[in-house]
Amino acid sequence: MNPGSRMPESSAPSSPTPGTNPTPAGAAEPTTAARTVLGEADIARALTRIAHEIVERNKGAADLLLLGIPTRGVQLAHRLAERLAQIEPSFGGEYGTLDVTMYRDDLRRQPTRAVGQTVLPGSLDGTIDDKVVVLVDDVLFSGRTIRAALDALNDLGRPRVVQLAALVDRGHRELPIRADYVGKNLPTSRSERVRVRLSDVDGGADSVVISGVTP
Amino acid sequence: MKHLLTTQGLSKDDAILLLDTSAQMAATQSRENKKLPTLRGRTVVNLFYEDSTRTRISFETAAKRLSADVINFSAKGSSVSKGESLKDTALTLHAMGADAVVVRHSASGAAHQLAHAGWLDAGVLNAGDGMHQHPTQALLDAFTIRRHLVGNVGEDGRGTDTSAGADLAGVRVAIVGDVLHSRVARSNVYLLHTLGAEVTLVSPPTLVPVGVETWPCRVSYHLDETLEQWQPDAVMMLRVQRERMSGGAGGAFFPSPMEYSRKFGFDARRLAVLPDHAIVLHPGPMNRGLEISAAAADHPRSVIVEQVANGVAVRMAALYLLLAGTDERNAL
Repeated sequence: MNPGSRMPESSAPSSPTPGTNPTPAGAAEPTTAARTVLGEADIARALTRIAHEIVERNKGAADLLLLGIPTRGVQLAHRLAERLAQIEPSFGGEYGTLDVTMYRDDLRRQPTRAVGQTVLPGSLDGTIDDKVVVLVDDVLFSGRTIRAALDALNDLGRPRVVQLAALVDRGHRELPIRADYVGKNLPTSRSERVRVRLSDVDGGADSVVISGVTP
Repeated sequence: MKHLLTTQGLSKDDAILLLDTSAQMAATQSRENKKLPTLRGRTVVNLFYEDSTRTRISFETAAKRLSADVINFSAKGSSVSKGESLKDTALTLHAMGADAVVVRHSASGAAHQLAHAGWLDAGVLNAGDGMHQHPTQALLDAFTIRRHLVGNVGEDGRGTDTSAGADLAGVRVAIVGDVLHSRVARSNVYLLHTLGAEVTLVSPPTLVPVGVETWPCRVSYHLDETLEQWQPDAVMMLRVQRERMSGGAGGAFFPSPMEYSRKFGFDARRLAVLPDHAIVLHPGPMNRGLEISAAAADHPRSVIVEQVANGVAVRMAALYLLLAGTDERNAL
Protein backbone atom coordinates (compact mmCIF):
# COMPACT_ATOMS: atom_id res chain seq x y z
CA MET A 1 0.00 0.00 0.00
CA ASN A 2 1.03 3.53 -0.71
CA PRO A 3 2.57 5.14 2.36
CA GLY A 4 0.90 8.39 3.29
CA SER A 5 4.16 10.29 3.31
CA ARG A 6 4.25 10.16 -0.49
CA MET A 7 1.18 12.35 -0.86
CA PRO A 8 2.20 15.58 -2.63
CA GLU A 9 1.69 19.00 -1.10
CA SER A 10 -1.04 19.80 -3.57
CA SER A 11 -3.66 17.69 -1.82
CA ALA A 12 -6.68 19.60 -0.60
CA PRO A 13 -5.97 21.63 2.54
CA SER A 14 -9.11 20.33 4.22
CA SER A 15 -7.90 16.73 4.13
CA PRO A 16 -5.64 15.75 6.98
CA THR A 17 -2.22 14.33 6.24
CA PRO A 18 -3.14 10.71 5.88
CA GLY A 19 -1.69 8.03 8.01
CA THR A 20 0.76 10.19 9.88
CA ASN A 21 -1.61 12.26 12.06
CA PRO A 22 -2.60 10.73 15.35
CA THR A 23 -6.39 10.60 15.51
CA PRO A 24 -7.54 13.60 17.53
CA ALA A 25 -9.16 12.76 20.82
CA GLY A 26 -12.93 12.51 20.51
CA ALA A 27 -12.93 11.97 16.75
CA ALA A 28 -13.82 8.34 16.71
CA GLU A 29 -14.23 8.17 12.91
CA PRO A 30 -11.77 5.59 11.64
CA THR A 31 -11.78 6.90 8.06
CA THR A 32 -8.98 9.46 8.17
CA ALA A 33 -6.34 7.32 6.49
CA ALA A 34 -5.71 7.27 2.75
CA ARG A 35 -6.13 3.96 0.96
CA THR A 36 -4.74 3.11 -2.42
CA VAL A 37 -7.47 1.21 -4.18
CA LEU A 38 -5.88 0.85 -7.61
CA GLY A 39 -2.18 0.58 -8.32
CA GLU A 40 -0.28 1.03 -11.54
CA ALA A 41 -0.88 -2.52 -12.77
CA ASP A 42 -4.59 -2.37 -11.86
CA ILE A 43 -5.05 0.85 -13.85
CA ALA A 44 -3.23 -0.61 -16.85
CA ARG A 45 -5.39 -3.75 -16.77
CA ALA A 46 -8.60 -1.73 -16.42
CA LEU A 47 -7.69 0.43 -19.41
CA THR A 48 -6.84 -2.62 -21.52
CA ARG A 49 -10.19 -4.17 -20.62
CA ILE A 50 -12.05 -0.94 -21.44
CA ALA A 51 -10.30 -0.78 -24.82
CA HIS A 52 -11.47 -4.32 -25.61
CA GLU A 53 -14.98 -3.50 -24.43
CA ILE A 54 -15.10 -0.42 -26.68
CA VAL A 55 -14.13 -2.49 -29.72
CA GLU A 56 -16.55 -5.25 -28.78
CA ARG A 57 -19.50 -2.96 -28.17
CA ASN A 58 -18.97 -0.99 -31.37
CA LYS A 59 -17.97 -4.02 -33.46
CA GLY A 60 -14.63 -2.51 -34.38
CA ALA A 61 -13.23 0.98 -34.24
CA ALA A 62 -14.81 2.52 -37.32
CA ASP A 63 -15.69 6.22 -36.85
CA LEU A 64 -14.45 5.98 -33.27
CA LEU A 65 -13.38 9.24 -31.60
CA LEU A 66 -11.97 9.35 -28.08
CA LEU A 67 -12.39 12.71 -26.34
CA GLY A 68 -10.69 13.22 -22.98
CA ILE A 69 -12.02 15.68 -20.45
CA PRO A 70 -9.18 17.75 -18.92
CA THR A 71 -7.04 17.24 -17.03
CA ARG A 72 -6.64 13.54 -16.41
CA GLY A 73 -9.26 12.37 -18.85
CA VAL A 74 -6.98 13.54 -21.64
CA GLN A 75 -4.14 11.30 -20.46
CA LEU A 76 -6.53 8.38 -20.08
CA ALA A 77 -7.86 8.99 -23.62
CA HIS A 78 -4.27 9.00 -24.86
CA ARG A 79 -3.58 5.65 -23.20
CA LEU A 80 -6.85 4.16 -24.45
CA ALA A 81 -6.05 5.34 -27.98
CA GLU A 82 -2.67 3.56 -27.85
CA ARG A 83 -4.34 0.32 -26.73
CA LEU A 84 -7.09 0.61 -29.35
CA ALA A 85 -4.47 1.09 -32.05
CA GLN A 86 -2.87 -2.20 -30.97
CA ILE A 87 -6.17 -4.09 -30.93
CA GLU A 88 -7.58 -2.58 -34.13
CA PRO A 89 -4.85 -1.66 -36.62
CA SER A 90 -7.40 0.35 -38.62
CA PHE A 91 -7.67 2.81 -35.70
CA GLY A 92 -5.21 5.67 -36.14
CA GLY A 93 -4.45 6.17 -32.45
CA GLU A 94 -5.83 9.70 -32.49
CA TYR A 95 -7.71 11.30 -29.63
CA GLY A 96 -9.02 14.74 -28.78
CA THR A 97 -9.64 17.05 -25.85
CA LEU A 98 -13.00 18.44 -24.82
CA ASP A 99 -12.99 21.36 -22.42
CA VAL A 100 -16.29 21.77 -20.59
CA THR A 101 -15.54 24.82 -18.44
CA MET A 102 -17.81 27.20 -20.27
CA TYR A 103 -20.71 24.74 -20.09
CA ARG A 104 -20.59 24.03 -16.34
CA ASP A 105 -23.62 24.72 -14.17
CA ASP A 106 -21.57 25.79 -11.14
CA LEU A 107 -19.65 28.70 -12.67
CA ARG A 108 -21.29 31.19 -10.32
CA ARG A 109 -20.59 29.10 -7.24
CA GLN A 110 -16.85 28.72 -7.79
CA PRO A 111 -13.97 31.12 -8.21
CA THR A 112 -13.41 31.90 -11.88
CA ARG A 113 -11.99 28.87 -13.67
CA ALA A 114 -9.42 29.14 -16.43
CA VAL A 115 -10.82 27.99 -19.75
CA GLY A 116 -9.05 24.96 -21.18
CA GLN A 117 -8.43 23.83 -24.71
CA THR A 118 -10.73 21.88 -26.99
CA VAL A 119 -8.74 20.05 -29.67
CA LEU A 120 -10.16 17.70 -32.26
CA PRO A 121 -7.81 15.36 -34.14
CA GLY A 122 -6.67 17.04 -37.35
CA SER A 123 -8.03 14.27 -39.57
CA LEU A 124 -11.60 15.17 -38.60
CA ASP A 125 -11.65 18.52 -40.40
CA GLY A 126 -13.34 20.14 -37.43
CA THR A 127 -16.54 18.11 -37.36
CA ILE A 128 -17.74 15.27 -35.17
CA ASP A 129 -20.88 14.57 -37.19
CA ASP A 130 -21.78 10.86 -37.34
CA LYS A 131 -18.82 9.82 -35.19
CA VAL A 132 -18.94 7.32 -32.34
CA VAL A 133 -17.72 9.55 -29.54
CA VAL A 134 -16.35 8.02 -26.35
CA LEU A 135 -15.96 10.61 -23.59
CA VAL A 136 -13.14 9.71 -21.19
CA ASP A 137 -12.92 11.01 -17.62
CA ASP A 138 -11.07 9.92 -14.52
CA VAL A 139 -13.76 9.93 -11.83
CA LEU A 140 -17.53 9.77 -12.38
CA PHE A 141 -19.25 11.37 -9.40
CA SER A 142 -22.24 13.74 -9.61
CA GLY A 143 -22.47 13.46 -13.40
CA ARG A 144 -22.48 17.24 -13.80
CA THR A 145 -19.21 17.34 -15.70
CA ILE A 146 -20.61 14.81 -18.17
CA ARG A 147 -23.78 16.87 -18.59
CA ALA A 148 -21.59 19.87 -19.41
CA ALA A 149 -19.59 17.69 -21.82
CA LEU A 150 -22.77 16.62 -23.63
CA ASP A 151 -23.69 20.28 -24.12
CA ALA A 152 -20.18 21.05 -25.34
CA LEU A 153 -20.39 18.14 -27.81
CA ASN A 154 -23.72 19.41 -29.06
CA ASP A 155 -22.07 22.67 -30.08
CA LEU A 156 -19.39 20.82 -32.03
CA GLY A 157 -21.70 18.70 -34.12
CA ARG A 158 -24.03 15.72 -34.04
CA PRO A 159 -22.30 12.46 -33.17
CA ARG A 160 -24.03 9.20 -34.07
CA VAL A 161 -23.52 7.79 -30.57
CA VAL A 162 -21.97 9.16 -27.40
CA GLN A 163 -20.55 6.73 -24.85
CA LEU A 164 -18.80 7.33 -21.56
CA ALA A 165 -15.70 5.68 -20.14
CA ALA A 166 -14.60 6.43 -16.57
CA LEU A 167 -11.65 4.97 -14.71
CA VAL A 168 -13.53 5.14 -11.42
CA ASP A 169 -17.27 5.30 -10.74
CA ARG A 170 -17.76 6.41 -7.14
CA GLY A 171 -21.55 6.76 -7.20
CA HIS A 172 -23.62 9.63 -5.74
CA ARG A 173 -25.06 10.64 -9.10
CA GLU A 174 -27.11 13.86 -9.16
CA LEU A 175 -28.23 13.46 -12.75
CA PRO A 176 -29.54 10.51 -14.80
CA ILE A 177 -26.15 9.67 -16.30
CA ARG A 178 -24.28 6.36 -16.32
CA ALA A 179 -20.99 5.14 -17.71
CA ASP A 180 -20.75 2.59 -20.52
CA TYR A 181 -17.23 1.50 -19.53
CA VAL A 182 -16.00 1.56 -15.94
CA GLY A 183 -12.53 0.72 -14.71
CA LYS A 184 -13.61 0.17 -11.14
CA ASN A 185 -16.79 0.75 -9.16
CA LEU A 186 -15.84 2.27 -5.82
CA PRO A 187 -18.44 2.51 -3.10
CA THR A 188 -17.60 5.73 -1.25
CA SER A 189 -19.14 8.08 1.22
CA ARG A 190 -19.74 11.66 0.10
CA SER A 191 -17.22 13.00 2.59
CA GLU A 192 -14.41 10.94 1.12
CA ARG A 193 -12.15 12.16 -1.65
CA VAL A 194 -11.17 10.02 -4.59
CA ARG A 195 -8.02 11.12 -6.34
CA VAL A 196 -6.56 9.72 -9.52
CA ARG A 197 -2.83 10.24 -9.99
CA LEU A 198 -1.26 9.63 -13.35
CA SER A 199 2.48 9.59 -13.93
CA ASP A 200 2.33 11.94 -16.93
CA VAL A 201 0.23 14.56 -15.08
CA ASP A 202 1.18 14.29 -11.43
CA GLY A 203 4.52 12.50 -11.55
CA GLY A 204 5.15 9.35 -9.51
CA ALA A 205 3.38 6.06 -10.06
CA ASP A 206 -0.22 5.76 -11.27
CA SER A 207 -2.68 5.28 -8.45
CA VAL A 208 -6.23 5.82 -7.28
CA VAL A 209 -6.40 6.94 -3.66
CA ILE A 210 -9.38 7.34 -1.34
CA SER A 211 -8.88 9.63 1.61
CA GLY A 212 -11.39 10.29 4.32
CA VAL A 213 -12.22 13.82 5.35
CA THR A 214 -13.26 14.36 8.92
CA PRO A 215 -16.55 16.22 8.86
CA MET B 1 -11.17 40.28 -11.41
CA LYS B 2 -14.12 42.56 -10.75
CA HIS B 3 -13.46 45.47 -13.11
CA LEU B 4 -11.25 46.08 -16.13
CA LEU B 5 -10.50 49.79 -16.01
CA THR B 6 -6.88 50.24 -16.98
CA THR B 7 -3.85 48.30 -18.12
CA GLN B 8 -1.65 50.27 -15.75
CA GLY B 9 -1.20 48.06 -12.73
CA LEU B 10 -2.60 44.97 -14.44
CA SER B 11 -0.40 42.13 -13.25
CA LYS B 12 1.52 40.03 -15.75
CA ASP B 13 -0.29 36.89 -14.63
CA ASP B 14 -3.69 38.49 -15.15
CA ALA B 15 -2.63 39.83 -18.54
CA ILE B 16 -1.46 36.40 -19.69
CA LEU B 17 -4.63 34.79 -18.31
CA LEU B 18 -6.67 37.28 -20.35
CA LEU B 19 -4.66 36.47 -23.49
CA ASP B 20 -4.85 32.70 -22.97
CA THR B 21 -8.59 32.87 -22.34
CA SER B 22 -8.91 34.99 -25.49
CA ALA B 23 -7.15 32.26 -27.46
CA GLN B 24 -9.70 29.68 -26.27
CA MET B 25 -12.55 32.05 -27.08
CA ALA B 26 -11.08 32.66 -30.54
CA ALA B 27 -10.96 28.89 -31.12
CA THR B 28 -14.71 28.65 -30.53
CA GLN B 29 -15.36 31.39 -33.07
CA SER B 30 -14.29 29.26 -36.03
CA ARG B 31 -17.08 26.78 -35.31
CA GLU B 32 -20.35 26.63 -37.13
CA ASN B 33 -22.18 27.30 -33.86
CA LYS B 34 -20.36 30.25 -32.33
CA LYS B 35 -22.59 30.69 -29.33
CA LEU B 36 -21.64 29.50 -25.85
CA PRO B 37 -24.10 29.20 -22.95
CA THR B 38 -21.64 30.52 -20.38
CA LEU B 39 -23.23 33.85 -19.36
CA ARG B 40 -26.86 32.90 -19.83
CA GLY B 41 -29.12 35.04 -17.69
CA ARG B 42 -26.54 37.78 -17.12
CA THR B 43 -27.13 41.29 -18.38
CA VAL B 44 -24.47 43.45 -20.01
CA VAL B 45 -25.19 47.14 -20.56
CA ASN B 46 -23.28 49.04 -23.23
CA LEU B 47 -23.21 52.59 -21.89
CA PHE B 48 -21.79 54.78 -24.64
CA TYR B 49 -21.47 58.52 -24.13
CA GLU B 50 -19.23 58.85 -27.17
CA ASP B 51 -19.82 57.77 -30.73
CA SER B 52 -18.45 54.34 -31.42
CA THR B 53 -19.33 51.74 -33.96
CA ARG B 54 -16.69 49.06 -33.85
CA THR B 55 -16.09 48.93 -30.10
CA ARG B 56 -19.80 48.84 -29.31
CA ILE B 57 -20.54 46.21 -31.94
CA SER B 58 -17.53 44.22 -30.77
CA PHE B 59 -18.69 44.23 -27.14
CA GLU B 60 -22.25 43.48 -28.20
CA THR B 61 -21.11 40.54 -30.34
CA ALA B 62 -18.89 39.23 -27.53
CA ALA B 63 -21.69 39.37 -24.95
CA LYS B 64 -24.17 37.72 -27.31
CA ARG B 65 -21.73 34.94 -28.22
CA LEU B 66 -21.61 34.15 -24.49
CA SER B 67 -25.44 34.20 -24.31
CA ALA B 68 -25.65 37.30 -22.10
CA ASP B 69 -28.48 39.77 -22.65
CA VAL B 70 -27.27 43.07 -24.08
CA ILE B 71 -28.80 46.47 -23.55
CA ASN B 72 -27.42 49.31 -25.64
CA PHE B 73 -27.57 52.74 -24.10
CA SER B 74 -26.16 55.59 -26.13
CA ALA B 75 -26.19 59.14 -24.92
CA LYS B 76 -27.79 60.50 -28.05
CA GLY B 77 -31.55 60.27 -27.94
CA SER B 78 -31.59 59.10 -24.32
CA SER B 79 -32.19 60.60 -20.89
CA VAL B 80 -28.63 61.92 -21.00
CA SER B 81 -29.60 64.44 -23.68
CA LYS B 82 -32.22 65.64 -21.18
CA GLY B 83 -29.46 66.34 -18.67
CA GLU B 84 -29.28 63.17 -16.56
CA SER B 85 -26.02 62.80 -14.63
CA LEU B 86 -23.73 59.75 -14.77
CA LYS B 87 -24.74 58.98 -11.19
CA ASP B 88 -28.45 58.87 -11.93
CA THR B 89 -27.88 56.76 -15.02
CA ALA B 90 -25.78 54.37 -12.92
CA LEU B 91 -28.48 54.12 -10.26
CA THR B 92 -31.01 53.34 -12.98
CA LEU B 93 -28.80 50.58 -14.38
CA HIS B 94 -28.31 49.20 -10.87
CA ALA B 95 -32.07 49.12 -10.32
CA MET B 96 -32.49 47.23 -13.59
CA GLY B 97 -30.02 44.58 -12.44
CA ALA B 98 -27.07 45.03 -14.78
CA ASP B 99 -24.30 42.49 -14.12
CA ALA B 100 -21.68 44.32 -16.17
CA VAL B 101 -21.48 47.81 -17.58
CA VAL B 102 -19.32 48.57 -20.59
CA VAL B 103 -18.70 52.28 -20.50
CA ARG B 104 -17.24 54.75 -22.97
CA HIS B 105 -17.09 58.37 -21.91
CA SER B 106 -15.33 61.51 -23.09
CA ALA B 107 -14.13 62.28 -19.56
CA SER B 108 -10.95 60.56 -18.38
CA GLY B 109 -11.71 58.64 -15.20
CA ALA B 110 -15.42 58.14 -15.87
CA ALA B 111 -15.08 54.35 -15.74
CA HIS B 112 -13.14 54.52 -12.47
CA GLN B 113 -15.82 56.76 -10.97
CA LEU B 114 -18.56 54.39 -12.09
CA ALA B 115 -16.75 51.40 -10.61
CA HIS B 116 -15.78 52.89 -7.27
CA ALA B 117 -18.43 55.46 -6.37
CA GLY B 118 -20.72 52.79 -4.94
CA TRP B 119 -23.54 53.58 -7.35
CA LEU B 120 -23.76 50.05 -8.67
CA ASP B 121 -22.27 46.67 -7.87
CA ALA B 122 -21.85 45.53 -11.47
CA GLY B 123 -18.48 44.82 -13.01
CA VAL B 124 -17.26 47.78 -15.04
CA LEU B 125 -15.37 47.45 -18.32
CA ASN B 126 -13.70 50.56 -19.60
CA ALA B 127 -14.31 50.89 -23.33
CA GLY B 128 -12.40 54.15 -23.54
CA ASP B 129 -12.44 57.11 -21.18
CA GLY B 130 -11.33 60.44 -22.63
CA MET B 131 -7.62 60.50 -23.32
CA HIS B 132 -6.89 57.99 -20.56
CA GLN B 133 -7.30 54.24 -21.22
CA HIS B 134 -8.86 51.70 -23.55
CA PRO B 135 -7.75 48.38 -22.05
CA THR B 136 -9.55 45.90 -24.31
CA GLN B 137 -8.02 47.56 -27.37
CA ALA B 138 -4.55 47.13 -25.88
CA LEU B 139 -5.33 43.52 -25.00
CA LEU B 140 -6.48 42.74 -28.53
CA ASP B 141 -3.35 44.41 -29.92
CA ALA B 142 -1.16 42.36 -27.58
CA PHE B 143 -3.12 39.23 -28.46
CA THR B 144 -2.67 39.88 -32.19
CA ILE B 145 1.05 40.57 -31.73
CA ARG B 146 1.49 37.43 -29.62
CA ARG B 147 -0.30 35.21 -32.14
CA HIS B 148 1.87 36.42 -35.00
CA LEU B 149 5.26 37.00 -33.43
CA VAL B 150 5.30 34.34 -30.70
CA GLY B 151 2.62 31.85 -31.78
CA ASN B 152 3.72 31.57 -35.44
CA VAL B 153 0.24 31.51 -36.94
CA GLY B 154 1.68 32.45 -40.34
CA GLU B 155 0.97 35.40 -42.57
CA ASP B 156 -2.67 34.50 -43.15
CA GLY B 157 -3.21 34.03 -39.40
CA ARG B 158 -4.71 30.56 -39.88
CA GLY B 159 -1.94 28.45 -38.39
CA THR B 160 -2.11 26.90 -34.93
CA ASP B 161 -1.41 29.42 -32.19
CA THR B 162 1.37 27.97 -30.07
CA SER B 163 1.81 30.95 -27.78
CA ALA B 164 -0.32 29.82 -24.80
CA GLY B 165 1.18 31.09 -21.55
CA ALA B 166 3.85 33.12 -23.32
CA ASP B 167 4.64 36.80 -22.79
CA LEU B 168 6.08 39.24 -25.33
CA ALA B 169 9.64 39.37 -24.02
CA GLY B 170 12.01 41.04 -26.47
CA VAL B 171 9.35 42.04 -29.00
CA ARG B 172 9.85 45.59 -30.31
CA VAL B 173 6.74 47.66 -30.94
CA ALA B 174 6.69 51.14 -32.47
CA ILE B 175 3.54 53.15 -31.75
CA VAL B 176 3.31 55.92 -34.32
CA GLY B 177 1.18 59.04 -34.60
CA ASP B 178 -1.16 61.08 -32.45
CA VAL B 179 -0.04 59.86 -29.02
CA LEU B 180 -1.36 62.95 -27.26
CA HIS B 181 -5.04 62.19 -27.87
CA SER B 182 -4.68 58.43 -27.84
CA ARG B 183 -5.99 56.27 -25.02
CA VAL B 184 -4.99 53.31 -27.18
CA ALA B 185 -1.35 54.36 -26.96
CA ARG B 186 -1.46 54.79 -23.17
CA SER B 187 -3.08 51.42 -22.63
CA ASN B 188 -0.67 49.73 -24.99
CA VAL B 189 2.47 51.24 -23.48
CA TYR B 190 1.67 49.88 -20.03
CA LEU B 191 0.34 46.50 -21.16
CA LEU B 192 3.16 45.80 -23.61
CA HIS B 193 5.71 46.84 -21.00
CA THR B 194 4.11 44.50 -18.44
CA LEU B 195 4.32 41.67 -20.97
CA GLY B 196 8.03 42.30 -21.50
CA ALA B 197 7.94 44.07 -24.88
CA GLU B 198 9.96 47.18 -25.71
CA VAL B 199 7.96 50.17 -26.88
CA THR B 200 8.99 53.29 -28.79
CA LEU B 201 6.51 56.10 -29.35
CA VAL B 202 7.06 57.96 -32.61
CA SER B 203 5.27 61.26 -32.91
CA PRO B 204 5.73 64.91 -33.82
CA PRO B 205 6.79 66.86 -30.71
CA THR B 206 3.43 68.66 -30.64
CA LEU B 207 1.56 65.37 -30.28
CA VAL B 208 3.64 63.96 -27.42
CA PRO B 209 1.86 64.34 -24.08
CA VAL B 210 3.33 66.14 -21.09
CA GLY B 211 4.73 63.65 -18.59
CA VAL B 212 5.63 61.03 -21.18
CA GLU B 213 9.06 60.64 -19.52
CA THR B 214 7.35 58.74 -16.69
CA TRP B 215 5.97 56.13 -19.10
CA PRO B 216 7.88 52.88 -19.52
CA CYS B 217 8.87 53.53 -23.13
CA ARG B 218 11.18 55.50 -25.44
CA VAL B 219 10.13 58.50 -27.50
CA SER B 220 11.33 59.41 -30.98
CA TYR B 221 10.41 62.28 -33.28
CA HIS B 222 11.67 60.55 -36.43
CA LEU B 223 9.80 57.68 -38.05
CA ASP B 224 12.34 56.74 -40.74
CA GLU B 225 15.21 56.72 -38.27
CA THR B 226 13.29 54.50 -35.84
CA LEU B 227 12.24 52.02 -38.53
CA GLU B 228 15.73 51.73 -40.00
CA GLN B 229 17.83 51.70 -36.86
CA TRP B 230 15.56 50.08 -34.29
CA GLN B 231 13.91 47.53 -36.65
CA PRO B 232 10.58 47.08 -34.80
CA ASP B 233 8.74 43.72 -35.02
CA ALA B 234 5.37 45.43 -35.01
CA VAL B 235 4.29 48.91 -36.05
CA MET B 236 1.08 50.27 -34.59
CA MET B 237 -0.30 53.27 -36.42
CA LEU B 238 -2.58 55.61 -34.48
CA ARG B 239 -5.46 57.54 -35.96
CA VAL B 240 -4.98 61.30 -36.18
CA GLN B 241 -7.89 62.39 -34.01
CA ARG B 242 -8.90 65.51 -35.84
CA GLU B 243 -12.17 65.77 -33.90
CA ARG B 244 -10.07 66.49 -30.81
CA MET B 245 -7.96 69.15 -32.58
CA SER B 246 -9.39 72.65 -32.85
CA GLY B 247 -8.95 74.84 -35.89
CA GLY B 248 -7.95 73.87 -39.40
CA ALA B 249 -7.03 70.50 -40.79
CA GLY B 250 -4.41 69.62 -38.19
CA GLY B 251 -5.24 72.38 -35.76
CA ALA B 252 -2.21 73.85 -34.09
CA PHE B 253 -0.50 70.46 -34.00
CA PHE B 254 0.95 70.10 -37.49
CA PRO B 255 1.15 72.45 -40.50
CA SER B 256 -0.75 70.39 -43.04
CA PRO B 257 -2.05 66.85 -43.57
CA MET B 258 0.36 66.49 -46.46
CA GLU B 259 3.36 67.27 -44.27
CA TYR B 260 2.14 64.92 -41.54
CA SER B 261 1.67 62.17 -44.07
CA ARG B 262 5.19 62.67 -45.49
CA LYS B 263 6.90 62.52 -42.12
CA PHE B 264 4.70 60.15 -40.08
CA GLY B 265 2.50 58.34 -42.58
CA PHE B 266 3.11 54.62 -43.06
CA ASP B 267 3.37 53.46 -46.65
CA ALA B 268 4.80 50.61 -48.75
CA ARG B 269 8.24 52.24 -48.83
CA ARG B 270 8.49 52.33 -45.04
CA LEU B 271 7.05 48.82 -44.82
CA ALA B 272 9.91 47.56 -46.99
CA VAL B 273 12.44 48.80 -44.40
CA LEU B 274 11.05 46.49 -41.71
CA PRO B 275 12.19 42.91 -41.02
CA ASP B 276 10.31 40.24 -42.99
CA HIS B 277 8.26 39.01 -40.02
CA ALA B 278 7.06 42.48 -38.98
CA ILE B 279 3.34 43.21 -38.81
CA VAL B 280 1.33 46.42 -39.11
CA LEU B 281 -1.54 47.27 -36.77
CA HIS B 282 -4.10 50.06 -36.63
CA PRO B 283 -6.91 50.37 -34.08
CA GLY B 284 -9.28 51.83 -36.68
CA PRO B 285 -11.05 53.69 -38.05
CA MET B 286 -8.27 54.47 -40.52
CA ASN B 287 -7.67 57.79 -42.24
CA ARG B 288 -6.35 56.28 -45.47
CA GLY B 289 -3.86 58.61 -47.08
CA LEU B 290 -3.12 60.43 -43.82
CA GLU B 291 -1.47 58.17 -41.26
CA ILE B 292 -1.48 55.03 -43.41
CA SER B 293 -1.49 54.53 -47.17
CA ALA B 294 -3.91 52.16 -48.86
CA ALA B 295 -1.00 50.02 -50.06
CA ALA B 296 0.24 49.51 -46.48
CA ALA B 297 -3.24 49.01 -45.04
CA ASP B 298 -4.09 46.30 -47.55
CA HIS B 299 -0.66 44.64 -47.52
CA PRO B 300 -0.49 40.94 -46.51
CA ARG B 301 1.54 41.92 -43.45
CA SER B 302 -1.19 44.25 -42.25
CA VAL B 303 -3.27 42.50 -39.55
CA ILE B 304 -5.85 45.28 -39.25
CA VAL B 305 -8.85 43.15 -40.25
CA GLU B 306 -7.73 40.32 -37.97
CA GLN B 307 -7.57 42.81 -35.10
CA VAL B 308 -11.32 43.26 -35.40
CA ALA B 309 -11.97 39.51 -35.16
CA ASN B 310 -9.55 39.21 -32.24
CA GLY B 311 -11.37 42.09 -30.54
CA VAL B 312 -14.47 39.94 -30.16
CA ALA B 313 -12.44 37.08 -28.62
CA VAL B 314 -10.63 39.40 -26.20
CA ARG B 315 -13.89 41.01 -25.08
CA MET B 316 -15.46 37.58 -24.61
CA ALA B 317 -12.50 36.68 -22.39
CA ALA B 318 -12.83 39.90 -20.38
CA LEU B 319 -16.58 39.38 -19.89
CA TYR B 320 -16.01 35.76 -18.93
CA LEU B 321 -13.33 36.54 -16.37
CA LEU B 322 -15.37 39.38 -14.88
CA LEU B 323 -18.75 37.68 -14.80
CA ALA B 324 -18.21 33.95 -14.35
CA GLY B 325 -17.21 32.88 -10.88
CA THR B 326 -18.40 33.87 -7.45
CA ASP B 327 -18.90 37.43 -6.33
CA GLU B 328 -15.82 37.33 -4.12
CA ARG B 329 -13.71 39.08 -6.69
CA ASN B 330 -10.91 41.51 -6.22
CA ALA B 331 -10.85 44.90 -7.83
CA LEU B 332 -8.31 45.06 -10.56
